[in-house]
Amino acid sequence: MITKRIIPCLDVRSGRVVKGVNFEGVRDVADPVEMARMYNAAGADELVFYDITASYEGRALFTDILARVAREIFIPLTVGGGINTLDDFDRVLKCGADKVSVNSGALRNPQLVRDAALRYGSQCVVLSADVKRVDGQFRVFAKGGREDTGRDALEWIDQCVALGAGEICLNSIDTDGVRRGFDLEMLDAVAARVNVPIIASGGAGKKEDFLELFGHKGIDAGLAAGIFHSKLLEIPDLKRYLNANGVEMRL
Amino acid sequence: MIAIVDYGVGNLFSLRSSLETLGLDVVVTADPDKLCAADRIILPGVGAFGDAIQKLQATGLVPVLQTEAETKPLLGICLGMQLLFQTSYEFGQWQGLGFVPGAVCPLQPDLEAAGRAELKVPQIGWNALQILQNDPIFKYVKNGEYVYYVHSFYGKHCAANTLAVSEYAVPVPGVVKAGRVYGMQFHPEKSGDTGLRLLKAFAEL
Repeated sequence: MITKRIIPCLDVRSGRVVKGVNFEGVRDVADPVEMARMYNAAGADELVFYDITASYEGRALFTDILARVAREIFIPLTVGGGINTLDDFDRVLKCGADKVSVNSGALRNPQLVRDAALRYGSQCVVLSADVKRVDGQFRVFAKGGREDTGRDALEWIDQCVALGAGEICLNSIDTDGVRRGFDLEMLDAVAARVNVPIIASGGAGKKEDFLELFGHKGIDAGLAAGIFHSKLLEIPDLKRYLNANGVEMRL
Repeated sequence: MIAIVDYGVGNLFSLRSSLETLGLDVVVTADPDKLCAADRIILPGVGAFGDAIQKLQATGLVPVLQTEAETKPLLGICLGMQLLFQTSYEFGQWQGLGFVPGAVCPLQPDLEAAGRAELKVPQIGWNALQILQNDPIFKYVKNGEYVYYVHSFYGKHCAANTLAVSEYAVPVPGVVKAGRVYGMQFHPEKSGDTGLRLLKAFAEL
């Protein structure tokens, strides 16, 4: 049967991997190509690269790094950050990305999801949603979690799936960087509504958090950054642990 | 020389890179002379069957592929594998290249019939490859290695031609073969070391 997936996420700024805590306080970790090699050897099932630079120069540097990774790492690569138009899809797909994740760009123009799904197929379009509780409601945030859009997150996700998003990466701002476990309440709420794969993001601190996560119906993958980068949690150990506890893993 | 057929469908960056990593000479082309000169051919593809078969037909390469496949190995990958079949029922009914007897059918109704409607479509992810028939294509892989799938349709009525399957409530043909023609439903160029070893074996057929 199909396995659950373990996905390290690399936030890249000015050619280096960085990781924020609660999306603030960026800290340099390492060279992205080197890290991609390391994660591939460690058995990561997929890699996510987020371009968190805003400048034109930063963007060119990012696609150069992506192409270098894609020339030697042969597992699925998802790319996000600064994806606002079909030209942006084209730019990263030509450099070896397999899937493209949209966030603020889709919030500004939901039609982007539809247009990209029609051109590249739904399997290529990942909706990345940064979600936080506000007044008892799951609210979707834009601009790297800094701006409350006022929109209901569950409705937004429904809308994007209807438009053609083929996968959801759900980032809980409430649990991000806290390392006390994934936001299972939020994930359950989304899993109950959509039938596309769901990648859980935000809150992983230890291997037990992943075991608990995969005990919840409809969750296909667990994504984390800092705990993998810092080697607080090693992917081979994590996968062996999950497998020993009945979660099918690619070992 | 391996020729990758370029008919405007899909992203060939990783496929080309994976073959180059193996030290193989690769050409991405729609030129019939280059396909004839190559010693093996790969037919890639992502997207919808109807769109892809129409684009392939528009290149005029279909008769070239049919002739060349008699004398050299041909590998269809993902949608490229599905194009090898006789028929597809993806958004209508389409005639394929007819190398592999059988039909390409939607996963969803068969998952429902199997009582597993909660399984997601497309199947996206890593699944174990169970080898049913020994073949030189498996020279460098063991039974049960994982490969990466992304698909909503799958090959049916092709048991005699199926070399390996992956379980997704139904047995999904992962590798099919007819004569010198091979098909892989998963993406070997995205299946890590396992995928590279399958491509290496193809290059040595």
